[in-house]
Amino acid sequence: MSTQPSPMNFQSRTMRFNSLRRTAMNHLVSGLAILATVIVLAPLAAILFYLVYKGASSLNLAFFTQVPAPVGQPGGGMANSIIGSGVILLLASLMGIPVGISAGVYLAEFGRGKALGNAVRFTADVLNGVPSIVMGIAIYSLVVMPQKHFSALAGGIVLGIMMIPTVTRTTEEMLATVPHAVREAALGLGVPKWRTVLSVSLRTASPGIITGCMLAFARVAGETAPLLFTAFGNQFWSFKLNQPIAALPLQIFVYAISPYDEWHRLAWAGSLVLIVMIMVSVTLVRIYASRGVLKGGS
Amino acid sequence: MGVGIQVENLNAWYGTNHTLQDINLHIPANHATALIGPSGCGKSTFVRCLNRMHETNPIGRATGTVKMGDLDIYKNASPVEIRRRVGMVFQRPNPFPTMSIYDNVVSGLKLNGFRNKRILDETVERSLKQAALWDEVKDDLKKKSGASLSGGQQQRMCIARALAVDPEVLLMDEPASALDPVSTSKIEDLIFQLKSQYTIVIVTHNMQQAARVAENTGFFLNGKMVEFDSTHKIFTNPRDKRTEDYITGRFG
Repeated sequence: MSTQPSPMNFQSRTMRFNSLRRTAMNHLVSGLAILATVIVLAPLAAILFYLVYKGASSLNLAFFTQVPAPVGQPGGGMANSIIGSGVILLLASLMGIPVGISAGVYLAEFGRGKALGNAVRFTADVLNGVPSIVMGIAIYSLVVMPQKHFSALAGGIVLGIMMIPTVTRTTEEMLATVPHAVREAALGLGVPKWRTVLSVSLRTASPGIITGCMLAFARVAGETAPLLFTAFGNQFWSFKLNQPIAALPLQIFVYAISPYDEWHRLAWAGSLVLIVMIMVSVTLVRIYASRGVLKGGS
Repeated sequence: MGVGIQVENLNAWYGTNHTLQDINLHIPANHATALIGPSGCGKSTFVRCLNRMHETNPIGRATGTVKMGDLDIYKNASPVEIRRRVGMVFQRPNPFPTMSIYDNVVSGLKLNGFRNKRILDETVERSLKQAALWDEVKDDLKKKSGASLSGGQQQRMCIARALAVDPEVLLMDEPASALDPVSTSKIEDLIFQLKSQYTIVIVTHNMQQAARVAENTGFFLNGKMVEFDSTHKIFTNPRDKRTEDYITGRFG
């Protein structure tokens, strides 16, 4: 009897060794992926938890129905700031989203490889990198100075402009994922190009485009710096677009830098409300959009 | 009813690449005509010139005369108008992913602004019956997305979509190459039935398929049409040596 291992045996031993190594490697990489996920989610969970811990106790009916109380008086709320933020964000979305989507459509469907297309794409990327305070100063000198006073409109304009690059680039990228075959199907049926873009390309890409719009919305919803020079803030109710208007981030800023404990607590509550408002609006739009898209009707 | 197509001196380019050279050919009305040839020989470019889809490519260009009945499609016609009269079925099924089966079939009408519900309903039923898909999908026309069907069903839906706009010519660019044998034979049966009403031009890599469905066959090689004759003649007694080499499997 030979003591040498047969080739067969040798092979199965190497295979077992390899399989052990593979399994170990698999566990290691899965573990790293899970760790990374936890690292990503931890700050979000921590922020939410801390906001609830610090802010929830100051939330009451008055917070949602009253304007800020004068210094020294207890109570008061942020009702005017909540509505003011809503007004500014609505204005911003009405300006930023249509312009952003149109520019994205131009880039994806018409401006491929053209000088103007490249210029627009480059400009959008640069605009995306401009610090928000610089945006605020720019709109201050372009809109607020000629108007001679701060206004809700100026706040809407600055946030709207800040939404454009994100919306433009996501629209372009989402349109690029629509298969060429789908466009050809429409063109082959004798559908004009503009109609193909509107009813086929944009519609097929709409879930992604909506996500992009929501990202842009969520990003500017918390902006404070550009609003300091434009919307300015307001301690009272105001619904006039050409007058200064209150906004949640501004009110949080004012309260947070104040020396009063009561105001600090209100600032925490305001932050909690701001985050919840952003999350709720993003979720609502997503639910609504996914229903509309999946329905598949005209 | 279908119309005949007269092609004279058709040349096509992709950039500087001269893809089609001096093609002359008559495609008879209400017959199926097959185009065979190795990959890259220009068959697909040729059919895309017949509905002016070739020029949707930014570097695509074509010259020559293509007469559809009395209409010279490169002279006094808009490409959009031509494409309404010439249906096209592509190599891979390309349903509109966001639309229901119903909306996919009548997309050619709806996207061109047609809204009469009764006529849309009738068109959906007629086209799906023509494409032999009606019985399989009639219960979930509006419930299911067009993309949820199987590959073979999707391709028949795309055929129904092309037929719904009532074209005179149906161009099929390897319509069965991405499908399994059962779906392929369904598509072939369909071509057989449809050619009494439409002029059909079918590009195929499958020579048995050409022999089964088409009265006439053209053999393309390197951007030129080498031979065009009755399918029977091409497959039994071709005039050109290159045709013979190709159909006997010596190259390609």
